[in-house]
Amino acid sequence: MSLLNNYESDEFFDEMVTGESKVRGHYQAFVERFGQVDKQEFDAKRRAVDLAFLRQGITFNVYGDSQGTERIFPFDLIPRIIPASEWEHLERGLEQRITALNLFLHDIYHEQRILKDGVVPPFYVLSAKHFRREFVNFQVPKDIYVHICGTDLIRDKDGTYLVLEDNCRSPSGVSYVLENRRAMKRSFPGVFEAVGVRPVDSYSTDLLKTMEYIAPAGVVDPTVVLLTPGAYNSAYFEHTYLARQMGIEIVEGRDLVVRDSHVFMRTTKGLEPVHVIYRRIDDDFLDPTVFRKDSVLGVPGLINAYREGNVSLANSIGTGVADDKVVYYFVPRIIKYYLDQEPILPNVQTYLASEDEDMKYMLEHLPELVVKAANESGGYGMLMGPRADKAEIDKFRELIQADPRNYIAQPMISLSRHPTWCEEAGFEGRHVDLRPYILYGERTTIVPGGLTRVALNKGSLVVNSSQGGGSKDTWVLYD
Amino acid sequence: MLSRVANSLYWMSRYIERADNVARILDVNLQLLLDFRRLNDEHLARHWTPIVQSTGDEEDFFEIYDEANGRTVPEYFVFNRENPNSIVSSIAQARENARMVRDQITIEMWEEINRIHLLARSDRALSIWHSSPAEFFHEIRASSFNLQGLIASTIPRNEGWYFLQAGKYIERADKTTRILDLRHESLPPKGVPQMVNQTDALEWSAVLRSCSAWDAYRHIHGVDVGPRRVSELLLLSPEFPRSVRFCVSELDAVLRALSGVPPGRFWNDAEKRSGRLVAELSFSEIDDIFARGLHEYLDDMQLKLNEIGEALFSIYIYHPFHEGFSDHQQQQQQQAVR
Repeated sequence: MSLLNNYESDEFFDEMVTGESKVRGHYQAFVERFGQVDKQEFDAKRRAVDLAFLRQGITFNVYGDSQGTERIFPFDLIPRIIPASEWEHLERGLEQRITALNLFLHDIYHEQRILKDGVVPPFYVLSAKHFRREFVNFQVPKDIYVHICGTDLIRDKDGTYLVLEDNCRSPSGVSYVLENRRAMKRSFPGVFEAVGVRPVDSYSTDLLKTMEYIAPAGVVDPTVVLLTPGAYNSAYFEHTYLARQMGIEIVEGRDLVVRDSHVFMRTTKGLEPVHVIYRRIDDDFLDPTVFRKDSVLGVPGLINAYREGNVSLANSIGTGVADDKVVYYFVPRIIKYYLDQEPILPNVQTYLASEDEDMKYMLEHLPELVVKAANESGGYGMLMGPRADKAEIDKFRELIQADPRNYIAQPMISLSRHPTWCEEAGFEGRHVDLRPYILYGERTTIVPGGLTRVALNKGSLVVNSSQGGGSKDTWVLYD
Repeated sequence: MLSRVANSLYWMSRYIERADNVARILDVNLQLLLDFRRLNDEHLARHWTPIVQSTGDEEDFFEIYDEANGRTVPEYFVFNRENPNSIVSSIAQARENARMVRDQITIEMWEEINRIHLLARSDRALSIWHSSPAEFFHEIRASSFNLQGLIASTIPRNEGWYFLQAGKYIERADKTTRILDLRHESLPPKGVPQMVNQTDALEWSAVLRSCSAWDAYRHIHGVDVGPRRVSELLLLSPEFPRSVRFCVSELDAVLRALSGVPPGRFWNDAEKRSGRLVAELSFSEIDDIFARGLHEYLDDMQLKLNEIGEALFSIYIYHPFHEGFSDHQQQQQQQAVR
């Protein structure tokens, strides 16, 4: 093998090589085939893929840029490979987790047994930013709250998979899973064939089935639509992509209208009924008559139609409480409580600022810890203790003390590394995470693999697209 | 089909057609100047000013430039992003509309629109422009042909198709009237024009070429080029695909396909207006039009085309309970209205 020849592992867990820089078994077939690709060919393929992504408009919008700049999400051609047995373990763990989270959401919006039994202190749930008390005792279709979940996994220095966070509102990125795969198939058809990779393209069909499953009772041939905030949203490409794959309409709030508690879309032939909405708009913006009054993205009257059972929403309203980073702390207990099982995928060790002892520990160890706000995402509202200067640490010290409910801390986990093309340096290890997408409908389906995000900057642990992250194709092997 | 989608398809199609027309006008006129090397500034201004006027951008233009010449006019109509009718702007707006309906158009179409958009804004476009404007225009027009071909060969003949066609034919008819109007100052206000001199003949050839009508004309009339025959071809020919009559007939057929109402009757205002216009164009002779005055006739034609567009909008896109359709307002305003 030529290009990967000098690749060496470091003190971190490396996905491809062992501590002695030996190629792991499940990468061998790939490395053998890829070894026949020389630098020139590799460069040509890389350029072709970048150009194809740009041409196809597989881009995300950068906020705060008046030029409406679109960037491609950098794509690294070396795939992350997961052996079958490892994936089976992940699948079981993820299914266990989403099942427990759905039971938890049902419970806190109904009987609240888990709060009464003292397993989760009521204060944390009732004070959660995304807890919607308006929906207590509301029966959601088929009793499913989270239909689509993106759970972020990382691996520590021993290679153990840990859950970093759950995204129970509208996780994005799945379009990159599908497009990355297409790009890889075009670029390295031979390598692909030799290695034996499980396909991912059933995702759109599974998603549509999940949506149709939750249609209001009595609707035989439900009309499903995808509700987008519009062309200026950073994930707009994904919205159109999924709608096209599913063969459904992509609508904006202004395309929908509510009459007599039924939802319709405005078409050239008049109003047509809508039964299921895959919404990619946050709760707050869904309906200006109920939530934020200034929302121009939503549909007046939508919530009323939802309450009347005339339209179904995925995900349901109020699921954000399950991905609150403080509630995350309790997920292992939640799993134990509802399923009477040990969690298959452990959490990262977490400290809650509102627990006195944890707070004390946090304040004493800030330079070693990662501090996160309970409801931020995209790598914002975060302190990376070991990388921060004193001013930043002091700022967070104040923030935490002012609002303990809103902060958690975790030890700095180094994330596994993966060989990644780094221009003049050739292949170097870069930190990666993994976001599988879980669909919870009539049954649970998880598309094999998911989105591997990679922190392209040397030493960086931040994989978000807005902050120097890229992505890789993720290959789950047959047996 | 969602009303908003229909609206975006319509405008996408119009902007593609617009970019193509502007490219053709500029290309032809820049080449024409190669034959007029010894023209003085005054002659040059007389050549370029009507082109600026034709899109209704005269006021804007003279705020930026002191005079209309072979440098300023192409600059304004090619790369100026402030000019909503420039090639770069038209392509950007076609693409913006395409983006709104990504799920409705084919991947091939989207990639082509996106490709030409990225090219038009790139440094490469500038370097092509500086080494050869003709090559640049060729690139733009080739892309437009690609898109027309892709629309014809990849889009199902459903409602969306009809909105694409409606946009194309309204824009094309409108642009043909504007191109034909370029030389109206060399004509008497009323009455059939007389023989023309050599320079005028070249100018009228440029009008033909700007509508890609040179070959069609020669096939019918040979090499003698004069305003009467040129006008007849571009206004009244039932066969030439860029003539106003041809475009309006197609538009009328599209409107009927949308509503299902047979020819000879009407159900809505758009059909009523297009039906009348087809009848008028079918039962006119070019000398009738000259008797009335070509310029005035063309002005009136542009107005009628606009009215059909507005009627189409109020039937299929705008719903009375709809508060504010900012997109349309925005795009409507970027229409050239004289």
